[in-house]
Amino acid sequence: MRRLIYILIVILVAGATIAAMLLLQSIFTRKREAEQVVFKLVDIDETTVDPATWGKNFPRQYDAYRRTVDMERTRYGGSEADEVQGSHTYSKIEADPRLKTMWAGYAFAVDFREERGHAYMLVDQRDTERVKQFKQPGACLHCHASVIDAYREVGRKNGAAGDAGESLTSADGIAQLMAGFEKVCAMPYADATALVQHPVGCIDCHDPSTMQLRVTRPGFLNGIAVFAASSDPAPHLPSVERWRTGDRAKPYDPNALATRQEMRSFVCGQCHVEYYFKGEGKLLTYPWHNGLKVQQIEKYYDDAGFKDWTHALTGANVLKAQHPEFETWSQGIHARSGVACADCHMPYMRQGAIKISDHHVRSPLLNINNACQTCHRYSEEELLARAKTIQDRTHDMMAHALDALTQLIAAIESAKAAGASDERLQAARQLQRRAQFRLDFVNAENSMGFHADQETARTLSQAIDYARQGQIALLTAGLK
Amino acid sequence: MGSARSKRVRRLSIAGVVLAALIGVFLGVSGFTFVEARGLSYLSNDPTTCVNCHIMREQYDSWQKSSHHAFAVCNDCHVPHDFLGKYWTKAEHGFRHSWGFTFQNFHEPIRMKDSSRAAVQGNCLRCHQSLVSEITHYSAVEKDANNCIRCHSSVGHGANR
Repeated sequence: MRRLIYILIVILVAGATIAAMLLLQSIFTRKREAEQVVFKLVDIDETTVDPATWGKNFPRQYDAYRRTVDMERTRYGGSEADEVQGSHTYSKIEADPRLKTMWAGYAFAVDFREERGHAYMLVDQRDTERVKQFKQPGACLHCHASVIDAYREVGRKNGAAGDAGESLTSADGIAQLMAGFEKVCAMPYADATALVQHPVGCIDCHDPSTMQLRVTRPGFLNGIAVFAASSDPAPHLPSVERWRTGDRAKPYDPNALATRQEMRSFVCGQCHVEYYFKGEGKLLTYPWHNGLKVQQIEKYYDDAGFKDWTHALTGANVLKAQHPEFETWSQGIHARSGVACADCHMPYMRQGAIKISDHHVRSPLLNINNACQTCHRYSEEELLARAKTIQDRTHDMMAHALDALTQLIAAIESAKAAGASDERLQAARQLQRRAQFRLDFVNAENSMGFHADQETARTLSQAIDYARQGQIALLTAGLK
Repeated sequence: MGSARSKRVRRLSIAGVVLAALIGVFLGVSGFTFVEARGLSYLSNDPTTCVNCHIMREQYDSWQKSSHHAFAVCNDCHVPHDFLGKYWTKAEHGFRHSWGFTFQNFHEPIRMKDSSRAAVQGNCLRCHQSLVSEITHYSAVEKDANNCIRCHSSVGHGANR
């Protein structure tokens, strides 16, 4: 009996010791984890384009980055493809044929599908009928590939000084970049796309020597500089406001002046913006010369006498808006409160004792606890319901705007068929251009109004107003 | 003298010695773990204790940017100020937090429990009683609608990042 008690005590104490050792081991692990965040295995420089190489040094970020292949559906998007046919996501123009009417005569009326995650940007661009059936310039590549090293190489071949290893932000680096950018924009798309292999990667947002965020896209570097020189208020971009009060001797340079928090939006604003291809050289240009708001962008296009195409049904000179997420976010309450793109789309996450930003870029609605609850102390259901309210209202307003626009298009079309002169159609066509650009500005934007709900409502209300004004203009001109 | 001593040594059973050694090892390992985990710091009022394990880094940072930073540390608001309540809360939270961090099974971002909210409310009143006595006299301030931090949410923790 006594022996049994002894044995029992031994077993108990041994078990308790093991538990204490396990706890000690866990504490040790967490403490060491917090000490060494990075373990350098390979050298990385300006020519390291392949994200897998960076991933050897930064496995946590790389693992999350690779998950942008995931296809998850939110109510109005996400990075969806739940109806993938072959390699294709569902067609938005088949789902809502009013879009075909809006884009009649333009490539978007032929093929326009739901977008997928970052991982697919290059293959999906090569695959779309807009590129296959239409002649597109190399400018398209600016935002669909990890293109910086290729730009610099082309730049050096065309006489820019320096070598590949020099920092992008050095004078030589920037000169190589800009020279190559101009050349590649003007190339045929098929030639340009042969220069690249990867979708957006580490080097597109990070300095390889310091890992600091940096802006690499020439389109954005030029665009943000002309925006800074405009008088459109930028309360959400303190370094721009500060530059404006200085001597303005040198153009605004985000890589030198922007705060870290601004960079966490600028790196996304490199591509998630409205743009056009300027002149014969198809130079990719962000139309921010008057400001970031829809009417300021429209004014730039009007002053430049620019049209994307002539509408096939009405003969109006119309514009196509392209995913103005950065511009729309700029008008919203989150931007005003200092919340960056990355705060919601790449929120901080914890792995053990380490805090990293989630490189699985995606809709915050798929990650509400990290994306929203850090600031908003409500349940996930409540936060989702709030977002849904904004998006449902926007969707409803957009449906009304689409009806108004397609009715205007039908009215101009029938007036034209009845033999109305260009002169008499002029006013209605101009109003179609106004209505259409505003509607498209919301339709192309990937947040269904969430990035700036009031601004989106303002934009759509104007779209509806201009479309109805267009119908009235036809009536007052005696055309039905 | 010498023989008496050896007799006593002989009287120790092998099992007893092994057991004593084993308990000694256990106490040593536990003690070492306690020190390695900075166990004693949890009995103090030092706010850096709360960032021992990194989870509350954001809360600690935002507290440093808050208006109460100069007047109150974590414990002033988050634990009751009677002796029993204070150490019971420390023990209960300490156990729950260690459990959560060891097994990594807790909701993120972290949230206060109702009992913690009550403790904070009690501490608002402890310091500001004279100011709010007119309010507390007529209504139940423990109810969520009248909870101080429902409106004054940023006094203890400022900007989130």
